[in-house]
Amino acid sequence: MSADVDNIFRALAAPERRLLLDRLHADNGQTLGQLCEHMDMTRQAVTKHLKVLEDATLVVPIWRGREKLHYLNPMPIHEIAERWIGKYERGRLRVLAELKAKLEGETDGSI
Amino acid sequence: MVQSEFVYVTYIRTTPEKLWQALTEPEFTRQFWMGTSQECAWKPGASWKLSFSDGRLADSGEVVEVEPQRKLVLKWQNHLFPEMTAEGYSHMTYELEPAGETVKLTVTHVMEKSESKFIKAMSGGWPIILSSLKSLLETGESIESTRRSPKGM
Repeated sequence: MSADVDNIFRALAAPERRLLLDRLHADNGQTLGQLCEHMDMTRQAVTKHLKVLEDATLVVPIWRGREKLHYLNPMPIHEIAERWIGKYERGRLRVLAELKAKLEGETDGSI
Repeated sequence: MVQSEFVYVTYIRTTPEKLWQALTEPEFTRQFWMGTSQECAWKPGASWKLSFSDGRLADSGEVVEVEPQRKLVLKWQNHLFPEMTAEGYSHMTYELEPAGETVKLTVTHVMEKSESKFIKAMSGGWPIILSSLKSLLETGESIESTRRSPKGM
């Protein structure tokens, strides 16, 4: 079933789960084992957090042979943004986001 | 990682028939896909072209696998930016699965190359295109900014 908005916000409301999304954003398509490396959490805890992220469709599992790979799905966050960002504001917000990234030196090269 | 890959999943309140039509017929695609239209016979081995309304070719490729209303796999090469053309073919897959009142659409886009510039560029484009497709099918209106080619392209 389609994840409802409550599920998405609930999934995002834990720093551990946002950290998992950050890890997938940096390197998409990881196994549970890879995600557990350098993580200050037990394998069981990571599994539990991934389940919540999967239920919210923020993480999508894809089987490659016997390996279960986890991918970050940006669509729910994009749809939430689309709901409240007016159709004429997009360009201005992008300019502001670029300016912020430039001033803070946080740009990763993407627009 | 030896390949670059993105996966997008969105649930759309529609039927597989309507979603397939929206993904393949020009009168729909031009409304949510930057004013582009596709030219394709939708048969295995058929050539595939995506062009802007002024006739410029954006991307081209070939149908690898097609199962109407279920699955489509395309070989896909970009033609707008020389450094992306040089990367060669990527593979793009649509999978449609009924899920209750909705259809689950999974889009995967893979390039057998690490740090692909094309996949990175597409990863910025797919979310807005897919959100607009969802909006078109659910409300009858696509997102305004996706109805014409982006500035400077």
